[in-house]
Amino acid sequence: MNAPLNLAELRPGFSEPVGDSQSVFRALLTATAQPGTRVEVGKALTPPLGLNAAAAAVLLTLADQDTLVWLEPSLRGGAIESWLRFHTSCPLTDHAEEAAFAVVSHSGLAAQMLSGFNQGDAKYPDLATTVIVMVPDLEAGPNLVLEGPGIETIAEIAPQGLPDSFWSERADLVAHFQFGIDVMLCAEATLVSIPRTTRIQSKGE
Amino acid sequence: MTATEAPARPNAAPEDRYYTYAYLDEQTKRMIRRAILKALAIPGYQVPFGSREMPVPYGWGTGGIQLTAAIIGRDDVYKCIDQGADDTTNAVSIRRFFATVADVATTEDTSEATIIQSRHRIPEQPLADGQIMVFQVPQPEPLRGLEPRETETRAMHAYAEYGLQYVSLYENISAYGRIAATAGYPVMIDERYLMSPSPIPKFDNPKMHMNPAILLFGAGREKRIYAVPPFTRVRSLDFEDYPFETQSWDEVCALCGANDSYLDEVVLDDKGEHMFVCSDSHYCADRREKGHAGPMAGHALAHIETEIAAEEV
Ligand SMILES: [Zn+2]
Repeated sequence: MNAPLNLAELRPGFSEPVGDSQSVFRALLTATAQPGTRVEVGKALTPPLGLNAAAAAVLLTLADQDTLVWLEPSLRGGAIESWLRFHTSCPLTDHAEEAAFAVVSHSGLAAQMLSGFNQGDAKYPDLATTVIVMVPDLEAGPNLVLEGPGIETIAEIAPQGLPDSFWSERADLVAHFQFGIDVMLCAEATLVSIPRTTRIQSKGE
Repeated sequence: MTATEAPARPNAAPEDRYYTYAYLDEQTKRMIRRAILKALAIPGYQVPFGSREMPVPYGWGTGGIQLTAAIIGRDDVYKCIDQGADDTTNAVSIRRFFATVADVATTEDTSEATIIQSRHRIPEQPLADGQIMVFQVPQPEPLRGLEPRETETRAMHAYAEYGLQYVSLYENISAYGRIAATAGYPVMIDERYLMSPSPIPKFDNPKMHMNPAILLFGAGREKRIYAVPPFTRVRSLDFEDYPFETQSWDEVCALCGANDSYLDEVVLDDKGEHMFVCSDSHYCADRREKGHAGPMAGHALAHIETEIAAEEV
């Protein structure tokens, strides 16, 4: 976890950190307050290969020296790690259960991976991990119907590339509110936030 | 009536400023932003945060101001009310503060605002999708009056042990025939967390239920942030035989004739002469501008009504 930084190959972060992180945060605020709402973030970013623009924007906006970040194994050790440490100063961790933020590619999702993250404490449920999941697309996959706080009637999303086990595992973890993980699905420069309160069904179920 | 005021320096460059945009440093903003997102993910739960000092008027408190500083951006239109009034000394000085440090437009018009900072009221005009209300909270813990120990109240929230609160309310009914509390009346959020709505009159409680705006609450001294997402169930505690009731008045607003707004009693002289006027100064002024008139319309007090409101602070 201590690879030397290669500044020559380092991709840039926000061009205007104060204004950019404020506008990304407001998009995250809208997305989290209204689960299922697609917001555009990080469109101008050119993050290192393997990290998409939306995931990069979330990390630049929210991660810093006070947040432990866990990277899925295929994202570790190279340009993503250097970029993240350089721009956010966040410490990386090998222990999923202590991560404030986790970054996972849909192809790197493993069975039982979600249950390894911090599910929050009964008295401090805010300690639960925010899991940033990178997917190819948010509209080309199987249709899902969302209900819960922040959603007036229903919301619909169709993220691509996630195994069925992802949703069943997530459902088990959030079944006992106030425990559970909060998920942000990122596809290129688009993001959908799925906090633990959101109830999800496959369309037609 | 004051219309929306455009930003004083819409194209101000960062180098023209001798402090961070919106006053708070970026690390503090990030910490508050993370807390806000967790607060929305766990509606009604009080997220601890590392509160900072803010240069705000004495007696106002910093929690709500820190929330605004962490969320505000150049495109926002900012409104600030103190007990319903836009033009009290405190509301004016806080509005000027954000106009200066965040280069935002300001307004008194509820429907124009993207961020509404409030101390002790929710505007009469229904909130809309996309608006954010930021409440100043002196005491975030609804159970504090019953249990002084933080470790105990935190455990009560953890296990949803709210029996003590119900017993206390019921004892209140036995003593007074009704629930006496009129401000800061506790609410259940999505049937899970008991929450203090801040010292708003219970008249305003029903406005929170399934409302389309984002409601954010900040307590600076107590270092807590909590939130109600849009379209979330908010239930004021009650009993089958004693349903929740809001305040109501036999009078209408003396100035605008409104029969649906929260009224403040204003004493006119030492003989007990008094009148009732809208607490929401923008709502009242807007109605008068549209031709509505109350029984004392045109009264000399109409133009100084706001100054009276200021003195009530
Ligand atoms: Zn009136």
